[in-house]
This record gives sequence, structure tokens and C-alpha cells, in this order.
Amino acid sequence: MIKVEGLSKHFGQFCAVNDISFSVQPGEVLGFLGPNGAGKSTTMKMLTGFLTPSSGVISLAGHNVIAQPVAAQKILGYLPEGAPAYSDMTARASLEFVGKVRGFVGQELKQKIAEVAEQVALESVLDKRVETLSKGYRRRLGLAQAIIHDPKVLILDEPTDGLDPNQKHQVRKLIKNLAEDKIVIVSTHILEEVTAVCTRAMILSSGKILFDGTPEQLAAKSDYHNAVNVRSEDLNPELLMQLEALELVTEVERVSDTQIMIKPVAGASVLADVNKILHANAVAIDALHVEAGRLDDVFRTLTLGGEQSL
Amino acid sequence: MKGVSIILNRELSAYFSTPVAYIFIVIFLMLSGVFTFYLGQMFERGQADLSAFFNFVPWLYLVLVPSVAMRLWSEERRSGTIELIMTLPLTTWQLVLGKFLAAWLFIGLALVLTFPLWLSVNYLGSPDNGVIFGAYIGAWLMAGGFLALGSCVSALSKNQIVAFILSLVLCFVLVVSGFPIVQDVFSGWAPLWVIDALSSMSFLTHFNAISRGVIDLRDVVYFLAMIGTWLYATVIVIDIKKAD
Repeated sequence: MIKVEGLSKHFGQFCAVNDISFSVQPGEVLGFLGPNGAGKSTTMKMLTGFLTPSSGVISLAGHNVIAQPVAAQKILGYLPEGAPAYSDMTARASLEFVGKVRGFVGQELKQKIAEVAEQVALESVLDKRVETLSKGYRRRLGLAQAIIHDPKVLILDEPTDGLDPNQKHQVRKLIKNLAEDKIVIVSTHILEEVTAVCTRAMILSSGKILFDGTPEQLAAKSDYHNAVNVRSEDLNPELLMQLEALELVTEVERVSDTQIMIKPVAGASVLADVNKILHANAVAIDALHVEAGRLDDVFRTLTLGGEQSL
Repeated sequence: MKGVSIILNRELSAYFSTPVAYIFIVIFLMLSGVFTFYLGQMFERGQADLSAFFNFVPWLYLVLVPSVAMRLWSEERRSGTIELIMTLPLTTWQLVLGKFLAAWLFIGLALVLTFPLWLSVNYLGSPDNGVIFGAYIGAWLMAGGFLALGSCVSALSKNQIVAFILSLVLCFVLVVSGFPIVQDVFSGWAPLWVIDALSSMSFLTHFNAISRGVIDLRDVVYFLAMIGTWLYATVIVIDIKKAD
């Protein structure tokens, strides 16, 4: 498990990470969310032993990352931001290099390379030079070098950045499959990714943790959490008034001529009440569903300190 | 040691997977031929030795070694691969040493490829092969000194051109520090020990001693200490600058 206590990083006057503490258990997929410059990458670089913290303690499965970086790096796989790789090597040579450093030789090394290449669907380009690979393949090569030794802790800095939707889906599926007994930390600024792969979300902004909980809890902070979305041709002002008069309803939002959104007070459910009124008025409903919450609203509210929240 | 050899192998194969290695070797061999036969007037001298070649080697290295050294760390920092290798379970020392040794072996290979010169003088006369061997060792040690310095400078800058020029200037200072041009600046006001220290810092003083065929332990220690010191400085610089 990972334990972080009082972690800070200053670059001159600038404070990139400001006294954060958290711990992660095996099996968790933790998503770091936050605007650019929030301190996500800096935190990850410190977790991997690349950057030395200004203060604080990081323990990775019992190894102190600052005092014994090599011991920690042995059980760690890391995909740096932008998936850097030596451009003059082939994909296979890159994996051989990393595999050798990880202690594999001979037949075992070949076996491992074949395995990861299959896992990330890299077989077709194994003998091409890295500089000729597309962004998607480069990212997958980065992933492959991070997971070749089946690490206990996997840290991925924006693993799906720049990938097309199919590739994104593939990478997310891969992360989910890997995650069973591992600790995975993913940074992203794509909110849908959090619900797609993470069991836990952490929002960072200006080097501080603003939120730490499950994606569901994050969604529950939204005004739209449990809001009832109704689509129908029969939406008349009188009906809207009736809905607005409901005790637990804060607002009925007119999304379009044929669609409304009924927002409840925080934590309440209004589906049953709304349903009753719709039935009583014999409204022909085209579609009706309950919103889980809008992550981007929550994200904006949290990271902008409420100033410009919608 | 295993980590060092993995890095060394990767680096060496990187040299030969691009045209850089071949261009370097061809230019080195061509220039050493030009210097030896035209400027050094090997035939006209009528002596069966390679001093015509070894007199020019320090100046050749002054330009060519920084050009090998400049990419050692600048390139890693610019392309971001430094983050990849420094989060692998390897110490900074292993990385610095592996990269240095690869470059040093590569330069050594270029030096060995000047063997036709050696064959020529042996065909033309009967030179003292002990002296020639000593001079080759000396030249390689000197290249190591230049290279270690260049490695440190390369770690300082993401820009290869800056690294090249800076290490060329520093190497130049180290080469000429025993020359009158530098000594004159200090003589007359600086205490004698400063002047002595300066001249004993000179690459050329130590290289000339070895290339005369006298492998004095002090000269060897000088170059090894030079290499060790600059590599140590490289480790420190990398630990400070890697994330910039």
C-alpha cells in the first residue's frame, strides 16, 4: 500500500504541492483529477522517486521512496506524461531494455515481451522504430514498459491523452483488468474516465486535495444528482407549476421545448412524486431518467472555489 | 554492475543505430590522416614514430569529444526519457557510469581504427612500439577526461549546442592551462603554487608525459581523478536539474 504524509514540493517561490496526505490500498484505482498545473504530475513524480519532495514522507509497500528509491522502483511501474521513449530504438528494443533492467533475461525476457505486447496490442509494430509510431502506439509502448514486470503499484500519468475513442476504451479496459490486486494511480483531466475506471477519485487544485471519495460521492455533490429528466411533447406551464410546487423540488429547468430537468434538494429523491404528477396529468412521456450527477459541474465548482459555478 | 552494463549496451547500440557514430568515426579518421601526413609532415620528418599524429590528437579531441558528450544528458532531458530511466530501479551513478563508459568505449574504438598509421610506420621503419602503445593509452585517458567534463556540462543544459560550446571552452582552458599564454597572465602577481597548480592541471602536460612512452602513475592518476571528479559532479548536477 501507499502512504503519503505531509507531502510538499516547492519550486523556488512556487508551491506545486502543498502538504497533502493520503493512503491507497491494493485493489484501488485512484484517479487524480484537477486542472492543469494542479500538482497531479508533480505528486506522481514524487511517488515514483523521480522528484525529491521538499518535505513529507512517502512509503510504498513499506519502502521509503526518498531513502530507498531503488527498492521502491522495483515494485513500481510508471508511465510518465507524454510516454517518452528513445526514438531511435525499435519498440521491441525498448521493451528489451526495460525488461533487462527489470531483471529478465533470455527466454523469460522474450516471453514477457510477447505477453505485454499482446496485452496492449502492440505486436504489429514491435519492429518499427519508435519515431515512426503514432501517438496511440507510443502510449501503448509506454504502458507496456510500465507493466512488463507485473508491478504491485502502477502509476500512469494521463494514459489516454491523445488517443482516439477506441484506443481510450482499450486502455481503460486494460487498466480495469490489471487492477484486481494492484494499486493503480491514474491522472487525467477527462472526467468520464473517472467513472469509467476509478474506484476512488481525488481532486487536486493548487497543490491541495479538494475532494477524496468514490466517483459516486463526487457525482452526488452535483446539483443534478438525482434530478429527473423528462422528455415529452405535452409540457405545459401548468404542469411545470405543479412540479415546482413539490416540497422536495428546488427548480424545474427547461432544457428545451420538449425536455425538462427537475432538480431535488440535496440528497432527496423526487422520482416517485414527479411520476405521480405526470400520471395525474396523463402526460405522454417519451423518456424519463434519473441523472447520476454532472461531474464537470462539480469539478468546476470545486476547482474554481464556487465563483463561476453554473 | 549489471545495471551499468545494460545502460552501456543500450547507449552503444544507440550510437550505431544512427549515422552519428559512422560520421564521427569517418571524420576522426580523415582528420587524423590530414593532420598526420600534411600538417604533421610524417614523411618529411623521416622518423619512424607517430608523434606527428599524437601531437594533434589533443586538438582533435578538443572539438570531437564534446560533440560526442553533448548528447549524453541534454538529449535525455529534452526528450523526457530521463524520467523513464530515472524511475527504473537504477541509481544515478549506474546511469552516469554506463553512459560515460559507452561513450568512452566508442571513442576508444575510433582511436583503435587509426591502426593503419601504426602499420605504416612499422612498414616504413622500426618504431618503438612501447612508446606508441603508451601514447595510445594516454590519448584514450585524455579523451576520458574531456568526456567526463562534457558529460557534466551536458547535464547542465537541455540544449545540445550550448552543451557543446561550453564544454569545448572548458576543455580548451584545461588543455592550455600549462601554456605561456595562460601562465603569463598569472606570473608576476600570483604566488608560485598557483602557477604550478595551473600547469599541473593541464591536460597537455600529462598527455605529453605519457605520450613520450613513460607511463607515470601520477599522470594516470591525474586523468582517472579528473574523470572521477567530473562524473561525481555529473551525478550531483543531474540530481539537482533532472526535473527542470
